[in-house]
Amino acid sequence: MRVTFTVNGRRQEADDVWEGESLLYVLRERMGLPGSKNACEQGECGSCTVRLDGVPVCSCLVAAGQVEGREVVTVEGLAGDNGELSTVQQAFVDAGAVQCGFCTPGLLVAADELLERCPQPSDADIREALSGNLCRCTGYEKILDAVRLAAARTEQAV
Amino acid sequence: MAGTRITRTPTSLTQGSGGATRGGVGESTPRPDGVLKVTGEFAYSSDLWHEDMLWGYTLRSTVAHARIRSIDTSQALATSGVHAVLTYDDLPTEVTHYGLEIRDTPVLAHGKVRHHGEPVALVAADHPETARRAAAKIVVDYEELPVITDEASATAPGAPLVHEDRDDHHSGHVPHPNIVHRQPIVRGDAAAAAARADVVVRGSYVFGMQDQAFLGPESGLAVPAEDGGVDLYVATQWLHSDLRQIAPVLGLPESKVRMTLSGVGGAFGGREDLSMQIHGCLLALRTGKPVKIVYNRFESFFGHVHRHPAKLWYEHGATRDGRLTHVRCRIVLDGGAYASSSPAVVGNAASLSVGPYAVDDVDIEALALYTNNPPCGAMRGFGAVQACFAYEAQMDKVAAELGMDPVEFRRLNAMEQGTVMPTGQVVDSPAPVAELLRRVKAMPMPPERQWETTEGADVRALPGGLSNTTHGEGVVRGVGYAVGIKNVGFSEGFDDYSTARVRLEVVGGEPVATVHTAMAEVGQGGVTVHAQIVRSELGVTQVTIQPADTQVGSAGSTSASRQTYMTGGAVKNTCEAVREKVLEIGRRRFGAYHPAWATAELLLEDGKVVTDGGEALAGIAEVLGDEAVDLELEFRHRPTQAFDLRTGQGNGHVQYSFAAHRAVVEVDTELGLVKVVELACAQDVGKALNPLSVAGQIQGGTTQGLGVAVMEEIVVDPVTAKVRNPSFTDYLIPTILDTPTIPVDVLELADANAPYGLRGVGEAPTLSSTPAVLAAIRAATGLELNRTPVRPEHLTGTD
Ligand code: FES
Ligand code: FES
Repeated sequence: MRVTFTVNGRRQEADDVWEGESLLYVLRERMGLPGSKNACEQGECGSCTVRLDGVPVCSCLVAAGQVEGREVVTVEGLAGDNGELSTVQQAFVDAGAVQCGFCTPGLLVAADELLERCPQPSDADIREALSGNLCRCTGYEKILDAVRLAAARTEQAV
Repeated sequence: MAGTRITRTPTSLTQGSGGATRGGVGESTPRPDGVLKVTGEFAYSSDLWHEDMLWGYTLRSTVAHARIRSIDTSQALATSGVHAVLTYDDLPTEVTHYGLEIRDTPVLAHGKVRHHGEPVALVAADHPETARRAAAKIVVDYEELPVITDEASATAPGAPLVHEDRDDHHSGHVPHPNIVHRQPIVRGDAAAAAARADVVVRGSYVFGMQDQAFLGPESGLAVPAEDGGVDLYVATQWLHSDLRQIAPVLGLPESKVRMTLSGVGGAFGGREDLSMQIHGCLLALRTGKPVKIVYNRFESFFGHVHRHPAKLWYEHGATRDGRLTHVRCRIVLDGGAYASSSPAVVGNAASLSVGPYAVDDVDIEALALYTNNPPCGAMRGFGAVQACFAYEAQMDKVAAELGMDPVEFRRLNAMEQGTVMPTGQVVDSPAPVAELLRRVKAMPMPPERQWETTEGADVRALPGGLSNTTHGEGVVRGVGYAVGIKNVGFSEGFDDYSTARVRLEVVGGEPVATVHTAMAEVGQGGVTVHAQIVRSELGVTQVTIQPADTQVGSAGSTSASRQTYMTGGAVKNTCEAVREKVLEIGRRRFGAYHPAWATAELLLEDGKVVTDGGEALAGIAEVLGDEAVDLELEFRHRPTQAFDLRTGQGNGHVQYSFAAHRAVVEVDTELGLVKVVELACAQDVGKALNPLSVAGQIQGGTTQGLGVAVMEEIVVDPVTAKVRNPSFTDYLIPTILDTPTIPVDVLELADANAPYGLRGVGEAPTLSSTPAVLAAIRAATGLELNRTPVRPEHLTGTD
């Protein structure tokens, strides 16, 4: 089948998509957007998190056909058009929240959505919002630091 | 291959430090790969892509122990889109087995399967789903055999042998062919010392099978080359060790197997053994097409070795005034079906079994079994973790028996510089065990009843969290302490070395350094540290880190906390030699103009040659002109010795590292739910080359120890030896909600033998966090709790 949808603001088409293919597979293997990661492909780790019409979802659990005509934002869509990192991306780099980095794209998409919805989150808010994203390397402390830093920088900028 | 294209390959990492040579050793500089990782551009091994590539898939055994009567691949081969189906009979040469130390692992099962999930056949197809479906059509006729699952079944009279005709170098020394390796350590006279003890405390402990659970799945891309060789892009911990195992099985010289590291999504020991490497190459060479293999999570649980589960028996004695008299212990590690690194794990477990305490009289035995359980090998903490869990529980028990404070009791017996280890080795660098305990105890305590708010209870802060299972009734708090000792680097006489190539040249008027090593960056931050070392040693701002590959000498493994020491040391040494060359050129060109060239101590700083008095003599760019300095050197740590096979004596280790933890937990005693409130750590790192990364490593290691304390375990059915929970649904690792704040106090007591005085960091925090959490849960509940992980049924008595 053919699937047509918007990815990071651009219209995209994928042909010969097998009905069982996930959105994650289509993004990674057909559209050349491997930023969303494939750590479990069973909805348990959050590495594949993208926003579907604004809502964070595990793209490994979304059938490609379900996104027909809809809008998807992946980690590749977070930076500005000029390649400038978004506040939350920069904060992850600065706070040391990236080690192997495999969890990072999913965490960034989830954190980006949190900060949009709740610009000054409490620690409990951050933990709740990121509880679907596993990270095996960092112990999460630096990830918390990064989200706090992004929130502080956003507040300063306002 | 001519005309082909790999769209995504590993890239060099270039990082300038902006202006003066900031970003040197000791500073918290950002990772050179950080921006690529946050934008999604960093190419992990599962991201590689080739325009006409096929997908590989592995068919795995559904039973733990069986004779293979037949394998019928005809249906699979007939499936449209399938390009190849391979079994043992298709292997290209007589070398059909591989292994890290003992070549006992078949590339594909041969006549027999020895564990659940063992690779039996391979498929290459044009779509991953086609490959998977074709594999499902392969018919394997198994004749099931009795399974060996523990020490009793392994050594019972007439027990079947897991490996019928062993002839490895350990087989002559072991008491039974189902024992991979055994290491006793006898020092002093434990029996006589026991007679002097006022109290004697015994305990039996069980440590569950932990999984590395790195997030990036085993994956890679094998591309057949025109010369009959193969290019392999893969995530691994040690390229050259892989190469040494891969080439003979492919029937190729090592020069025809070119390996390049692609992005690694964590490792923790789980990538020391091969996974898809040979399989990918075999399929690529057979089909003549690039083949990509990416394990799914289910397969990943079968595709790598796990942490050895262990049964431990300990006896400690002490005098009334709190001095340890002796330690006796027996540690039985389950190595599973293949040896992997079990012999070295045995050596570690034995030699570190007493912990960071001074005890003259010991009687120790550690061994690893061959069973039909999943193979076990390297994982962060490598044999020291299991021992630490048990000896720390024992230390609490002895202290309780003596009526002493458990921290005070540990400090009384803490080893220090000059202490003699059970192996007879003198600890000749700082060993601040008592100080780490003091520090971790002195850290401020988290407030009591943090979950209490003016409106009642914030359930998010309580055990059970948003499940809303308690509002504080039945919740009790406990505090526990633990400390551990881990060796750094490869031990027991292993020729451990690393190689670094450093090039310094002028590009666009600026001096630029390029570092080329085969070090696997698995997330630990080695690439960051290399750039820092180069800036400090060569005074340049622009540093490029080339992708790691086998075109440069071996860097050894990214394990045993050794890479900052070893490849960092190699980069440092090579930089020093490069610096000498630069100064030589400078003296040749400019020596006549200033006497300081001949008389002063010269350094490279901020792009210039300067005297130790701070006078600038010339720019590095001027000195070099269009000459480039390019050197490749090896670096070794001081030699170690094998442990004596009967007494365990020998200077077996290079360096030790130490960490202490304090855990604060709250337990809902009604439902048996645990909330870890805080897990504080104090660790000596010798010298923090990058304080931010050091803290991150300590917090990550601490969290893995927390995981094994309260949730992580691969459950193997004791009757069938089948794995019950190979998924992230059923094998739980800590989420951000399970992980407390982890305050870290870093001590820097230099080790005079190590580069910059540093001490390996990554593993020590994995040791003591588990026993600290267990001690805290025991303190909260008064229960004995002698196994990991602690589950609700153990806390509620409903087991
Ligand atoms: S890959 Fe989708 S949740 Fe893990
Ligand atoms: S940084 Fe490796 S999984 Fe999070």
